[in-house]
Amino acid sequence: MFAELLQYLFAGLTSGAIYALAGLGFAIIYNASHVINFAQGEFIMIGGMATSMMVAAGLPLPLAIALAVVVTMMVGVALEKFAIEPARNSDVVTIIIITIGASIFLRGLAQVVWDKEFHSLPAFSGETPINVAGATLMPQSIWVVGISVLVIVALWWFFNRTLFGKAMLATSFNRLAAQLMGIGVKKVLMVSFALSALLGAVGGIVVTPITFTNYEAGIMLGLKGFSAAVLGGLGNGLGAIVGGLVVGIAEALASGYLSSAYKDAVAFVIILFVLFFLPNGLFGKKGTDRV
Amino acid sequence: MLLEISGITSHYGRIQALRGIDVEVREGELVALVGANGAGKTTLLRGISGVQPLTAGTIKFDGKDITRMPADARVALGIAQVPEGRQVFGPMSVEDNLRLGAYRRKGDDVEADMKRMYDMFPILFKKRELPAGTLSGGQQQMLAIARALMSHPRLLLLDEPSMGLAPLLVQEIFDAVVALKEAGTTIFLVEQNAYAALAIADRGYVLETGSVVMSDSGKTLLADERIKEAYLGL
Repeated sequence: MFAELLQYLFAGLTSGAIYALAGLGFAIIYNASHVINFAQGEFIMIGGMATSMMVAAGLPLPLAIALAVVVTMMVGVALEKFAIEPARNSDVVTIIIITIGASIFLRGLAQVVWDKEFHSLPAFSGETPINVAGATLMPQSIWVVGISVLVIVALWWFFNRTLFGKAMLATSFNRLAAQLMGIGVKKVLMVSFALSALLGAVGGIVVTPITFTNYEAGIMLGLKGFSAAVLGGLGNGLGAIVGGLVVGIAEALASGYLSSAYKDAVAFVIILFVLFFLPNGLFGKKGTDRV
Repeated sequence: MLLEISGITSHYGRIQALRGIDVEVREGELVALVGANGAGKTTLLRGISGVQPLTAGTIKFDGKDITRMPADARVALGIAQVPEGRQVFGPMSVEDNLRLGAYRRKGDDVEADMKRMYDMFPILFKKRELPAGTLSGGQQQMLAIARALMSHPRLLLLDEPSMGLAPLLVQEIFDAVVALKEAGTTIFLVEQNAYAALAIADRGYVLETGSVVMSDSGKTLLADERIKEAYLGL
């Protein structure tokens, strides 16, 4: 009984960590531009696909990972430079639709450059399951959660301890004032896309040994990351992390105790619930600033 | 001539907000621009900072044409603005607000500057770790001025620093402005509170529906019958 629950929690934490990284990706771009980047899932896909293709071509895993992260970040910057920036005077809704177009384009490109097959990666440190109180824990799950925690800590440090990170935050709080301080909002936007791509790529790479990946893998992961971001309160970093874990665990429990057929529905039921009853999300702004 | 504006116009859609403005500010001067609500004062200041697009005319800073220069580069040249409504970074601490004011200077003597700001506005030191949004209106105005000064501006643009403040605080803010001028900062002050602004200004401009209708020394403008009637309510 307890072992069963523990088993589901392990599964939930593993996918929750990936949703949290994707949710943070949504939050960073949302903060810099109020745009919801629906190509976030494609960053996850490109990270995983690029790594497994390079490993298949004979590159050592660490090198393949590093190159895949760089490639994904370049895709993120190119997306900003060639699709978002030329439209920066348009409506936010227009730009969001552009990101949907970009996500379809990237999926198509992945089919052409790579293929339509499923791909995997070897687990980073073997596949011998670890027995924890009757539940089995795959070593790769520890990698997923551990690396996610590391990335989140690094991100926290960047936004709270470096001047440029603070400048990015300041831009999200008050764009006009940020410009008047001499903060280049173009650069902020570009870095936000690079960072979001990095988060997506890392998530996509560490999860590929468990879930496999193909050109379409980003759709679901991206939408679940979006649910995480909405649940936590769009633009709130802590919210995205908590939201990701809640979505992941709810999904694992539902597929364990109800039916795995409902697994993917859980995230969307959560979105509907949030939109009806908690439109600001768990940690969303309530607008208490004094004027 | 530190700032030389000639013939600038600006539009919001089809509405023309500035109709060919000429303004000059010399090094070390305190120049006031007064006018009613909606005359175009804020539009002009934003145009100088590069956050409001201009449709014609030129802006020269220290002899250099900056009309097409992006906003962040203008800050690096030494133009700092205290925007209307203060616009502090509400959720960030007072200290972080100040640090971001020095964004274009990076490293060097930021800590020393911060100490100078705290000496000038001791209340900010007391509240340095609190989110700027929790400060009162007057304290936020002090923070906004201190934040702009952190960039070591050669020209300080002040947009309605007295707006929404109690009379006692207005006095305190204007005293701070005079002290800055005496310390050698060049200031371009935009105010609806024409009396207070002209009283401390070397020279003044009067703006009406997007055009400069009068310009003279602060004293002369204060004594002018038309100004008295239109802006001072005397």
